Amino acid sequence: MSALPAFVRSLSRLRAARRRWWPRPPEAAPIRLGQRRIYVLPTLAGLSFAGALGVMLVASVNYSLSLGYAFTFLLAGSAIASAIHAFRNLLGLSIQYGRVEAAFRGGSAVFHLLIDNPHPRRRAALYLTGGATARGEVFFDLPPAACSEISLALPARQRGVLPLGRAVIETRWPLGLVRAWSVFAPAMEALVFPAPEANPPPLPPGRDRMNGEATDTSRAGNEDFAGLRAYRDTDSPRHLAWKVFARGGELMTKQFSVPEGGDLFFDWRDLPGTLAEEERLSRLTAWLLRAEQDGRRYALRLPAREIPANRGEAHLYRCLGALAVHGTAREGTWA
Amino acid sequence: MGMSLLSRAHLFFQGKVSGETALRRSQGAWLLAAVALTIVPHLPYLPGWTIASCALLLCWRGWRLWRGKNAPTRWLLLPLSIAAAVGVRISYGYFLGKAPGLTLLVMLLSLKLLETRDMRDIRAVVLLCFFLQFGIFFNDQSPPAAIMALIAALAALGGQISFTDPASGTRARLKTSALLLAQGLPFMVVLFLLFPRVISPLWGVPHDASATTGLSDVMTPGSISELALSDALAFTAAFDGPPPPPALRYWRGPVLNDFDGRSWRLRLRAFRDLPDYTPSGRRFGYRLMLEPHQQHWLPVLDYPAGPVQGVRFSRDFQAVSRVPVSGRTQFNFVSFPDIQVGVNEETWEISLARNLPGDGNPRARVLAAGLRADTPGQSVQRILAWLTAAGFIYTLQPPLLDADSIDFFLFETRMGFCEHFAGAFVFLARAAGVPARVVTGYQGGYINPVDGAMIVRQSDAHAWAEVWLAGRGWVRVDPTARVAPQRIAGGLADSLRTGDTLPLMLRPEFSWLRQLRYRWEALNNEWNRMVIAYDEARQYDLLEKFGLNAFSLSKLFPAIIITTVLLMAMLYFWAQRARNGGDPLDQAWARFSSRLARHGLARQSAEGPLDYGRRLAAARPAEAETLTAICQRYARLRYRPPASREEIRALARAIAALRLEKDRIPHA
Repeated sequence: MSALPAFVRSLSRLRAARRRWWPRPPEAAPIRLGQRRIYVLPTLAGLSFAGALGVMLVASVNYSLSLGYAFTFLLAGSAIASAIHAFRNLLGLSIQYGRVEAAFRGGSAVFHLLIDNPHPRRRAALYLTGGATARGEVFFDLPPAACSEISLALPARQRGVLPLGRAVIETRWPLGLVRAWSVFAPAMEALVFPAPEANPPPLPPGRDRMNGEATDTSRAGNEDFAGLRAYRDTDSPRHLAWKVFARGGELMTKQFSVPEGGDLFFDWRDLPGTLAEEERLSRLTAWLLRAEQDGRRYALRLPAREIPANRGEAHLYRCLGALAVHGTAREGTWA
Repeated sequence: MGMSLLSRAHLFFQGKVSGETALRRSQGAWLLAAVALTIVPHLPYLPGWTIASCALLLCWRGWRLWRGKNAPTRWLLLPLSIAAAVGVRISYGYFLGKAPGLTLLVMLLSLKLLETRDMRDIRAVVLLCFFLQFGIFFNDQSPPAAIMALIAALAALGGQISFTDPASGTRARLKTSALLLAQGLPFMVVLFLLFPRVISPLWGVPHDASATTGLSDVMTPGSISELALSDALAFTAAFDGPPPPPALRYWRGPVLNDFDGRSWRLRLRAFRDLPDYTPSGRRFGYRLMLEPHQQHWLPVLDYPAGPVQGVRFSRDFQAVSRVPVSGRTQFNFVSFPDIQVGVNEETWEISLARNLPGDGNPRARVLAAGLRADTPGQSVQRILAWLTAAGFIYTLQPPLLDADSIDFFLFETRMGFCEHFAGAFVFLARAAGVPARVVTGYQGGYINPVDGAMIVRQSDAHAWAEVWLAGRGWVRVDPTARVAPQRIAGGLADSLRTGDTLPLMLRPEFSWLRQLRYRWEALNNEWNRMVIAYDEARQYDLLEKFGLNAFSLSKLFPAIIITTVLLMAMLYFWAQRARNGGDPLDQAWARFSSRLARHGLARQSAEGPLDYGRRLAAARPAEAETLTAICQRYARLRYRPPASREEIRALARAIAALRLEKDRIPHA
């Protein structure tokens, strides 16, 4: 009896090895799940169901139970039909790549896939897994004749570039006796930023345009409210005047007087030499986030990369990206 | 960017939300319904305490479910299961057998349902349900039992679906499970017809496979009158010509030769494939459909011709099945009532039919000595005359008999049933030197006006005698016919004293009920013939019709594989058909987009209906108004629920009525 679970365990180990050593080349979107891509095999529950049917058949033979035969064959037929249902549940889906949300190390990167169900029937109980080493999973249903966005979160355990790798979409609907699945390799990857240091030291003193002259930091972080102006598309939602909007007014943006601190300049080489590489990256990450939160301009200099001072979400992303690929094989290729 | 990088940084230190594992109310309700529907057909076969505790367990589970509580701790269930097993052992006295097995399964199912928490428990519950739905066929293979099993299987499949797809609705679950069963049906038919039927059991059928019913190979006073109150079907016989007249409707069962002072017993004998006589005279061919009685003897009209497949014949003209009749079984017999049998009977057989115990019943012996005449034939006549004149009363409730049972019956109580008369007659005949023996079986039978088959019930059970006369062989003598002639001519109902309880169906005021019953039994007879008694011989006949005349396993298995693969291919093509089922609104919308796709205006996968409508209007200005209207109507029905069926149907009609002009050839 214990042979079967052991066999299944070794099978799953084999599958894990296959994932690691036999990666699929990334495929171009859209991926359409046709009959050639869908595999169907019984699950452990399906095997035990088959065993139960075997017992019923033997009993029918021994006691010559005509209705016993009939009932056994009816259940067997329904199980076969359920395999076709599972297959049909995947058939005709088409998968497009959506956006990818970057993550901090230890968090999770989210891969968005657009799965189109062109048929006028609901696709129930679908299960998507992905990831080369750390696996992510998501359960979902697809409404009829609609395109749905499915988000697959992958644990980001290592800084750098995290490819989605080999993804499997599967279903055990309707009876759980068979598993129908399809394997695909979306060309999607996420950036994993360093984890921000939990309690970083205060920001280094600002400088005047990278010239090295220190300025007063005593007012750093004190944002003085300076007034309201009309909302523009590019404004950060954090600076919206929600109270005004809630009173039924126009959408306005709060303006702050630019702090007097001048630009911040984060330099890899200025960090204490006692810090290990990842610790340096963590501190720089924490500082970048802090500076952005304070609404200050900041520049970043890494051994291989230099990003001039700026501010805003895009700039932050650029800086964090540079930290993410620092020292990895992708360092040169990441703009 | 969805969530800004900064807010994601805040989420960074938060933990994950754990998934909920509790049974949802709708899922639990499905399981509960499946279990209840599975157990209900078993109720007549369960001991009272099992029924009570099952009801209690199911109600408890239902109540907990309703209150949103989880399953009780596992530690409670272990002692409960052990208690259930001990209870089963006590109430049956043994453990390994069909009845205690089914009872235990019912208890385990109720207990397992109580502790369902995770997917594995649920699978176990559903599997147990299937086993018990199967198990009912050990006790009952009637059409209602089959229908109940089907309904319970539907519920069990639906319960399973409620777990693989918790978001689905009740109707969708019912629909999917009904579809699965419907698609399983062709497989069932093909495999049922083609799967090789083996005659002998794989291993010995346990003795309790079903309690023996009907006559047995021992007759003690009271054993047949017990049967006479049972209204159950014993067998049906469909004659291929006119049925025999009532006087010939003697269905021979066990022939009892040995008397020990109280009981008459069967003597074990050698069997042959052919009977001892050569058929001649009138001929009655019939198809016998025998209810299972777990014994070997078959009720056949005197005197059957051989050979018959699966049947052997004994020296005392019994037909005996090779295997115990454990399921409804069909036999084809031809009987010849006019044959003279046993004219050249062996002397040892004749002396066996004269054996009496050394002592006991002295008054009967004295009586027999007085009745003895010059020839055995005259002796028989005098004994019968005495029995007729002595004023015996034919009753279903005879008083209990003492040690010298024959004496007590003949001289004290003078009230008895057929077994008393037959037993006393054979005793007197033997005491008077005439070879005689008791024959048990059935006498009578009604023609069902609906299908023309003869129905014989347990209440037709009868005992008579046969004597051996030189030159004539064995001759049937029915002492009951002398005492209560109506019994033979008109059946039990006519022959009993008023005041005796009659089986309900035999009472004259219930004639309408009898009519209904005739119909029901005709249906049952057909069902038994077509389905229940489908065996190796029936399979052989069927395959011969299809040209598979050399019946063999090597041909059956390829036939099974080919038809199964064909059926799977059909299912596969069904799966390939894109437009199938689903919401009528979506179907209409899909039809609309596929029609426009033919004109090069397929809907993009992420395109909303209003955007699509604008694009269509731009591309086909001539029909812009209609196209935009359809898109807007769809958007309104889809996104502002609830849409009424009439509106959806109206939209579908509008889409069907849409006339798109042929595309003009675009300018180069």
